[in-house]
Amino acid sequence: MQHEDKTVQKKNLYSIEITKDLTIPKLFYEKARKYGEGRIAMREKEFGIWRPITWKDYFENVKYITLGLIRLGLEEGDKVAMIGDNRPEGLWAEMATLCARGVGVWLFRDCLIDEVKYIIDHSDTKFLFGEGQEEVDKALSIFDQCPKLEKIIWDDPKGMRNYDQDCLISLKEVQELGRELERQQPTLFEETIKKGHGDEVALLFYTSGTTSLPKGALLSHNNMLTMGQHLMTVDPCQSTDDYASYLPFAWIGEQMMSISCGLQVGYTINFPEEPDTAQENIREIGPHVMFAPPRMYEQMTRTVQVKYLDAPWIKRKCFELSTKIGYHVADFKFQKKSVPWYLTFFNWLANIAVQKKIKDHLGLSRVRNAYTGGAAMGPDHFRFFHALGVNLKQIYGQTEVAGISVVHRSGDIKFDTVGHPIPETEIKITEDGEILTRSPSVFLGYYKNPEATEETLKDGWLHSGDKGFIDDDGHLVVFDRTKDVFTLRDGKPFSPQYLETRLKFSPYVRDSWVIGDQRDYITAVICIDYAVTGKWADEKKINYTSYQELSQMPEVYDLVEKQIIMANKDLPETARVEKFVNLYKEFDADDDELTRTRKLRRAFVEKRYQDIIEALYTNNDNVHIDTTIKYEDGREAHINTDLHIRRLKIED
Amino acid sequence: MTVSKELQEQDILLELDDVHMFFGKVCALAGVSLKVRKGEIHSVIGPNGAGKTAMMNIINGLYSPQKGNIFYKQKKINALKPFQRAQLGISRTFQKVEVFGGMTVLDNIRLGRHIHMKSGVTSGSIYMGKTAREEIEHRRFIEEQIIDLLEIEHIRHRPVGMLPYGLQKRVELGRALALEPELLILDEPLAGLNLEEVEDMARFVLDINEDERWRITCILVEHDMGVVMDLSDRVFVLNFGNMIIDGSPDEVQNHPEVIKAYLGEEDLYATRR
Repeated sequence: MQHEDKTVQKKNLYSIEITKDLTIPKLFYEKARKYGEGRIAMREKEFGIWRPITWKDYFENVKYITLGLIRLGLEEGDKVAMIGDNRPEGLWAEMATLCARGVGVWLFRDCLIDEVKYIIDHSDTKFLFGEGQEEVDKALSIFDQCPKLEKIIWDDPKGMRNYDQDCLISLKEVQELGRELERQQPTLFEETIKKGHGDEVALLFYTSGTTSLPKGALLSHNNMLTMGQHLMTVDPCQSTDDYASYLPFAWIGEQMMSISCGLQVGYTINFPEEPDTAQENIREIGPHVMFAPPRMYEQMTRTVQVKYLDAPWIKRKCFELSTKIGYHVADFKFQKKSVPWYLTFFNWLANIAVQKKIKDHLGLSRVRNAYTGGAAMGPDHFRFFHALGVNLKQIYGQTEVAGISVVHRSGDIKFDTVGHPIPETEIKITEDGEILTRSPSVFLGYYKNPEATEETLKDGWLHSGDKGFIDDDGHLVVFDRTKDVFTLRDGKPFSPQYLETRLKFSPYVRDSWVIGDQRDYITAVICIDYAVTGKWADEKKINYTSYQELSQMPEVYDLVEKQIIMANKDLPETARVEKFVNLYKEFDADDDELTRTRKLRRAFVEKRYQDIIEALYTNNDNVHIDTTIKYEDGREAHINTDLHIRRLKIED
Repeated sequence: MTVSKELQEQDILLELDDVHMFFGKVCALAGVSLKVRKGEIHSVIGPNGAGKTAMMNIINGLYSPQKGNIFYKQKKINALKPFQRAQLGISRTFQKVEVFGGMTVLDNIRLGRHIHMKSGVTSGSIYMGKTAREEIEHRRFIEEQIIDLLEIEHIRHRPVGMLPYGLQKRVELGRALALEPELLILDEPLAGLNLEEVEDMARFVLDINEDERWRITCILVEHDMGVVMDLSDRVFVLNFGNMIIDGSPDEVQNHPEVIKAYLGEEDLYATRR
């Protein structure tokens, strides 16, 4: 077991002993004291310049927010919610909440008002940190319906000049209150931190359910800290590393990297200027470690594919050649064979000529370990990154284990598995094939939901509801969610998610939805990518005015058909898509069709697009749609149209 | 909004007094008088061809009227050229965006800072000492005040010609703001924008008018009645070169002649409500 030897060696670097007494604030206090002014804790790009924040600044800010919160009446176990972009103030607010012995609750920034209300109300939130006017408006509109909510704290003064409600208070004022309290009780901050215990609840995390209302998972300080330590023993980071924080803090993966690992290793966390500039800013930073859901990698692949389509002939040829070499090398590595010398040489050339540049554009040039998890990632995407020389690894985990439990080890990567369990984590497969996990990071239970807790936590084992098995090499293989493994009427099983990710490898396809459970054949609903397909149409001089019109063009149908034929290529005949239809709109989380992390909510779309499913399994060429859709800005539009159904030409 | 009828002399930033403008025998403006007070948003509305843009061009100095006077801070400015009026603090945007398409967003906005530049061609080409410091000061102003306000961080280095129309309009506003004007003429800032962009732009106009940092008096030429009535302190209605009424939004909405001349049979609030 080569990787275990390595693990032992590396463990010495992270000799923090995690006792039951250790909390996140205690670790924070220790690190801030140790690093002080000499080291940069985080950076934020503001007004076009990267501005460093030292550990001392970080500490001071957190300290005064903590005391300010205590002054405002925060007591042990009170919930404090946070909403907004990734920015230092958000992280300070969370850390301050923990220091004051409160419980942090993160909301997705694009949460609709009903979701915000549900979470604030259900979690009994007392204080809410919003970024600026937009979040304050949201909070004010639900303020009366959430009786437990007392104060709304904002930090960006833009547009806030006319707000004078009593429940509003700026972050500066909170810190001012904190300073006042410090003058009265100079040791209160330290004393409060000392009182904490590792088994206390640190975070209340709402899981984005694909099926039901969000459930609040309670995670303790100990859960979070052990998680960070175990991941860092597998793939150590250095304190000189850079990490880019741009994914929502309401996603457990981001918490794991920014809080659990970040605090233990002490690497620099970099915040982009605006969400729109994230990709550009990541490139400027060149992070050493990256953890993102598959959709971010899919987006990167799409960027490369689109640039490739636009490139002149010579560049396209160079790209084709170098990816061919890259794929060869990657395949050798996947099979754990040594790469022949001539291929090593060619790969070196390809790296210099092409791959290095592409990685630089994607911000991956310094990445040592890139992780993906949270949803299924297609093998095509996975191989694509390995062909570029990016050490992309799959992980398996969930909010309920404070992050991850299984990860690939370097040099032992198989694209259809998720790897080995991390230290101190046990994985067991039940007779029905359900994956069970036991580790110090398994959560405490669901908030105000004892039935769900009982169902999920049995004798310390976490019942995930996911199906899978352990292969000959000891790798865990995760099937899709139990409900998502389909069988055709003749009994042949197939995985819709696998097909969907294959279809999504085409840059023209943004989303896909594969149908066929208990049916005679497999069909697909395709959402074209408006930007990419639109550009393609422009070049072909095809006129269109809207997404709906573009999606129904016969030329676009031809294009999508080609993409599906490509995806079908290596599949057994029964597992191929036979018919498809282009949807008149993109799937959207605001319409409940996707979760906030862009997973398809199958049960919902099946109900919503019942007519389309029915038409796909009759001999009709068209399906009539008569519906109303709501735009983001509140306008409604009536859609009355026919969608074509295309049957794929049988080849040979 | 309480509008005091008594006008204090020093409150008036700009005044047009009985202005006439002819193009050949066509009379574009027939004796128009307008008083714009400091700190207000004064809208000018009217049907197409009413003479709104001609009026703005007169204020800005692109046209000079055959008859009548223009006063800015009680000083007659009839004889001043557009660039001299810009130095006094009059800035504008155009109905059809007039940005430099081949230049980046940042460069377009930098152009607006031109009148505040002190260093000349020679020292600029050497770029040392005072000139470098001045350049950094200007860049700081653009970044902290304009780019942050207009939320255009992500397009800073992009050529303006490649941007969608709504963003081009924003860049143009940014350039006008770079002048640090006291009076800003907005010629149809919302034309051709979608609803989301309209909301953004309306927010920016309110910000630059109300925010302590800017406090810019605005003359707003606009067709979008919903926005005009919500934003304006006063509304001036023009029809074929003649003033119909100059009053508060409420007065204007209930004025029978306005409804007849400008809005026809349509509901006043038919647009985007």
